[in-house]
Amino acid sequence: MAIADLANPTRFLKFANRTIPWLGGLTVLVFAYGIDQAMLAPDDYQQGATVKIMFLHVPSAWLGMLGWGVMSVAALGTLVWRHPLADVAAKAAAPIGAAFTLLCLVTGSLWGRPEWGTYWVWDARLTSELVLLLLYLGVIALWRTVEDPSRAARAAAILTLVGAIDLPIIKFSVDWWNTLHQGASVFRVGGSTIDPSILVPLFIMAAAFTLLFFTLHLAAMRNEILRRRVRTLRLMQASAVS
Amino acid sequence: MNTVNHMGFIVASYAAAAAIVGVLIAWVTLDYRMQRLRLADLEMRGVTRRSAPVRPEPALDKAKEKA
Repeated sequence: MAIADLANPTRFLKFANRTIPWLGGLTVLVFAYGIDQAMLAPDDYQQGATVKIMFLHVPSAWLGMLGWGVMSVAALGTLVWRHPLADVAAKAAAPIGAAFTLLCLVTGSLWGRPEWGTYWVWDARLTSELVLLLLYLGVIALWRTVEDPSRAARAAAILTLVGAIDLPIIKFSVDWWNTLHQGASVFRVGGSTIDPSILVPLFIMAAAFTLLFFTLHLAAMRNEILRRRVRTLRLMQASAVS
Repeated sequence: MNTVNHMGFIVASYAAAAAIVGVLIAWVTLDYRMQRLRLADLEMRGVTRRSAPVRPEPALDKAKEKA
């Protein structure tokens, strides 16, 4: 099956039905290995055992941003190419991205208390991450407010592209402003500052979270296609009655 | 660092992750069942898409049985 064939919702459903069980199984396996490696990782010389929170916090932060990135590409698909599955992909990604952003904020808060002495501070990194969560909630609300899916898709696509400006702000906030949040330590010029004994489990957990994201996204897209079929059939039924 | 004092924060983080991921998985799974049941219900009433197959898909058969 060519990738272009997946633009057809029926073919996409067949692809999703075949792929989701395999992706789900792989996700479970990588998570099991990742959690095992995370628990075996040594304590940090400064932060002690609280470094274990990093194995949840950092991947969820990445995936919160990846979710909005996926939605931004899908928004272009809706506005520019009018791809039939673009707004389905965007709508399906929003709650998943919001959940990972929430997880990032919760775990960050729980990590901040023992390390910084506070659960929350209005510094640029934390505030821009909170803005991302509010953007997610806004776009979900927009989808629910506008009844016609095609009109909702265009409005949500515009909001998504405007909101994408928050992604570089989150990434570079620690460089542009003085923040309590630490600077980049994984992807930075000169290499990572994290010891491989901690960095490798972090990457395995990131892979597991990424697999989870795409498994859930594929399943949520399948649900959205079915929901639209139900809506179409109900409209057909209503017009037949009237 | 006092590991014992901070164990609560670590456990709370992993519990929060399990809860949020669990809710996500439950939402996707329940939503799928709901949409399949709604489709099966409509098809039982004779409301079908023009491009729908003549014979219902096996998944819909199961949903109809449950309904």
